[in-house]
Order: sequence, then C-alpha cells, then structure tokens
Amino acid sequence: MTARNTHETEITIDPDVPLVRIIREFDAPPEKVFRAHADPELFAEWNGPRRHRMETDHFDCRTGGSYRYRLVSEDVDAGFYGSFHEVRSSELIVQTFAYAGEPDGVALERIVFEDLGNGCTRLTATSLVDSFQDRDAFVATGMEVGVREGYERLDDLLAR
Amino acid sequence: MSADPLSRVFSALADPTRRNMVARLALGDATVTELAEPYDVTIQAVSKHLKVLEHAGLVTRTRDAQRRPVHLEAEVFELMTKWIERYRRLAEERFRRLDDLLLDMPDGTGQTATTAQTEEGAAS
Repeated sequence: MTARNTHETEITIDPDVPLVRIIREFDAPPEKVFRAHADPELFAEWNGPRRHRMETDHFDCRTGGSYRYRLVSEDVDAGFYGSFHEVRSSELIVQTFAYAGEPDGVALERIVFEDLGNGCTRLTATSLVDSFQDRDAFVATGMEVGVREGYERLDDLLAR
Repeated sequence: MSADPLSRVFSALADPTRRNMVARLALGDATVTELAEPYDVTIQAVSKHLKVLEHAGLVTRTRDAQRRPVHLEAEVFELMTKWIERYRRLAEERFRRLDDLLLDMPDGTGQTATTAQTEEGAAS
C-alpha cells in the first residue's frame, strides 16, 4: 500500500434539519478532486459501495446537465439520477440526487471543494432532503443489506 | 419536532448534557437525583432531559418502589452508534478509493470532463 495520510471522514447528522454532512480532506489539489467527481470515467472508478460497479447511462457534469447511472453488484441493481444545478470548476457542484426506486425522495447535494493550500483539499458534501424520514431512508439507500437490516432492527426496537 | 423514531434518537443525542447522562447511565442505572449531582442544574431540568431520552426510546424508568431508577436501553444506543459508524465507514471506503485514484491521476487539465458522455446508455 502507498504511504499516505489517513484522513478521517467526518459525518454530521443534523438533529433539526434533515441533512447529512460529510467532511473529508484529500492530498490533492481541488482541481483534481473536482475532476474525479466531474469526469464520468474517473467518477465510476470510486463511486458507490464496495463490490459494486457503476454503469453510466449519461453523465454531463455542467450547469444544467444531468446524469443517470446504476450501481450493480451480484444482488443489487440500483438506479440513480439527478440534475447538475450549478457546476463551478474546482469549486462547487450543486446537484439533485434521486434513487430510481424512490423518485420523490430527491436530495439536494452541495459539494464544496475547498483549497487548503499545500496541494490539499477539504471536501464538504451536504445532502438535504425533504423530511427526516427521507433523510434516514436516503442514508440507508444503496448500503449493504446488513446495514438496512440493522436499520430495520433499530426501527423495530424503537417502535416497541 | 420530527416524528420518526430514528430522528428522535438523533435529536435526543444532539444535546451535550443528554449525551453525558447517557454516558453516566452506560455505567449503570441511576436515580434522577444521582443524575443531577454532577451538573449545576435543577432536578426539574434533569427530568426534562430525561423525558426527551425516554421519548426517543433511549432510557426507561423502572418501577422499583420509590427510587424509580433510570435505565439505559443499551441496545438502542449501540444500534444507533453502530449505524452511524457503518455509514461513516462506507463513506470512508469510497473516499479511500478516491485517494488511490487521485494518486494515479496526472496533473493539469488535459481532459475536460464537462462535455463527456459515455456510450453505455444502451445498458438500461
């Protein structure tokens, strides 16, 4: 393995607003981190859970563009789509995100690429949905079955 | 106030005093008086916090004579923290792959992504 800094992924789950915020730093300049998000081939190389491959239908990452792709594994085939609302190179991507099985549960995502100097970038990805239920379902979407089961177990427990 | 169970737990644990109370209860059951001791707050304030925790399903009050000790529903709490941790780990896995990709990516903007369109549309 290559030696590299281990950056912690920080997750904020807001109690008052239905959003999830993920913060992570990268040892690469914003231009590169942005490109890894905006270029469909590069994006497909790292997006999605482990052991899933991303099959892109279309991916047009510019203001007014849109995307649609599927995450496919042995037992999962999930479609996702959305629109790119605002794209500013190396700075910002504002997009919608929806799971094809739950088209009304659309999330508004804001990905900010912050230049930390020294060739490092802080990525802040905020997903805002319409309701807490959508937020929690959204967080569980596309996850391994075990997670969903755990989530359902928690629901059951809390419903007692 | 959000209605679904999971959000109630998130909400209950968003407050530092309540998180401390949960940490204290993880050591063992305690009465309201015992819970109030470390804080410069009234019994009433502690009771208010307890109601929120109770409503979220995180704690229960047993009917043990007059003491009515507060009991942490450890299973709910653990599932909750595990759930967030798993989500964090999945995000982390994804970002590790991005780390690797960034190491291999050439510098410069030789390639612009903005108009790229793949030909895999036929797949769906």
